[in-house]
Amino acid sequence: MRPTVLGIETSCDETSVAVVADGKIASNVIFSQTDHSIYGGVVPEIASRNHTRKLLPVLREALRDAGVRLEDIEGVAVTSGPGLVGCLLVGLSAAKGLAWSRGLPLVGVHHMEGHLFSGFLEHEDLRPPFVALVASGGHTDLIEVVDLGHYRYLARTSDDAAGEAFDKVAKLLGLLAPGEPTMGGPRISELAKSGDPSAFDYPRGPLDEFTFSFSGLKTAVLYHLQKLSAEEKTRLKPDVAASFEAAVVDPLVEKTVQASRRIGVKRVLLAGGVAANKCLREDMEVACGDAGLSLHVPSPILCTDNAAMIAAAGSYRLERGETDGLELNADPRRPLPGIDTGAGA
Amino acid sequence: MAGEGHIESIVTRSAEETQRFGASLADRLGPGDCVGLDGDLGAGKTCLIQGVCSGFGVEGPVTSPTFVLINEYEGRRDERPLSIFHFDLYRLAGGEDLIDLGCDDYFYGDGVCLVEWAARAEEELPAGTLRIQIEAVDEATRRLLLTGGRT
Repeated sequence: MRPTVLGIETSCDETSVAVVADGKIASNVIFSQTDHSIYGGVVPEIASRNHTRKLLPVLREALRDAGVRLEDIEGVAVTSGPGLVGCLLVGLSAAKGLAWSRGLPLVGVHHMEGHLFSGFLEHEDLRPPFVALVASGGHTDLIEVVDLGHYRYLARTSDDAAGEAFDKVAKLLGLLAPGEPTMGGPRISELAKSGDPSAFDYPRGPLDEFTFSFSGLKTAVLYHLQKLSAEEKTRLKPDVAASFEAAVVDPLVEKTVQASRRIGVKRVLLAGGVAANKCLREDMEVACGDAGLSLHVPSPILCTDNAAMIAAAGSYRLERGETDGLELNADPRRPLPGIDTGAGA
Repeated sequence: MAGEGHIESIVTRSAEETQRFGASLADRLGPGDCVGLDGDLGAGKTCLIQGVCSGFGVEGPVTSPTFVLINEYEGRRDERPLSIFHFDLYRLAGGEDLIDLGCDDYFYGDGVCLVEWAARAEEELPAGTLRIQIEAVDEATRRLLLTGGRT
């Protein structure tokens, strides 16, 4: 029986608390702007990252959902970096308070290691070595999981993240309201359904296997749109969306499969918010199938920033006897632990 | 703003030239300085900042902080380490959101602050901020308008 671990994640936008017991999710509560019930009212826009006000209601709900009491918790895992110092500190203070008051072991988890562990919560057949593509609004990292706790970066973005490209092009296409900076991915995918992905040949970024780049693509779409008349813009919008989506998805799929083949792994994990993109999932499934790779994609709630993945990674660290003292601090630039810098990009 | 009426206009003809100008800008900046950039999506704000960072000898990728809001890099000035803070206010609701992030610790610290979409937090920017407005003239050409800065 593996321990019952409470996880806390407050590194950026999401306030999340989860309980993972015996390696399985007992609860995983993420505060979202659309669910105000536990908070008792609408949260002002200004408090969108005000974790202080959201953390305790979310913590109570996570314990209730899991059907456990604080006395049942055997360890506390919290994201200690990378992220925003002010945001990380809220989660850290709560985690330290709990650990100290209940005499529990505490461990600081690296946010990306959490994403890498998100695959283990539902897929018991996922075992290292595997290649993980973590693509979200803030990351586009291709990582080789050599073994648990032993990683190697294969490719990273040199400018914008994949999810960010979706958001910004959605803005250029007028799919987002003013003051609505995210959720561009689903809007583009919806529009792309009625478009032709081969209508326009947008740049796919660098050819090498070790770098992603989406900034040039964003600029290419911008100038393409500027050259179109109002009538053309309306008529061709679905084609622009579909062609853009293909230009994001193609390099993600190609480099993931290419790297997996070169290294000789048989399993691929697709994680991060962009994993919710249907086109990416379908193309990755086909490409992995052709290459004899098995693809693992966690449920959407585990792809977004969430505390269950933090509890999962923390559980692994705690079982190895790794704990942090109450002096544990936020590290906004924390490097991935167990990273192998000897090879790769 | 310590504007002093000083205005400088520069035209660059490629992304590489914008980066080179950014690198030369680093020579004018030091601990405690702040640069605020504005311009439409795709104007080249991140591109210019990549140049400034290379001027400070930053190693490793300088990526867009749109989602994470703040990136921190280790640069150098006169053989001494210098922290570079790269902000992106694109996702912020307003100045108060920026205060929640503890921006004053950065703005009034010993590092160099480079702020994209600076106009979204006009009130919070420190006095003496060098403002750069980037305008796309055509696909490759950019007009940069520099105002303010420390005198």
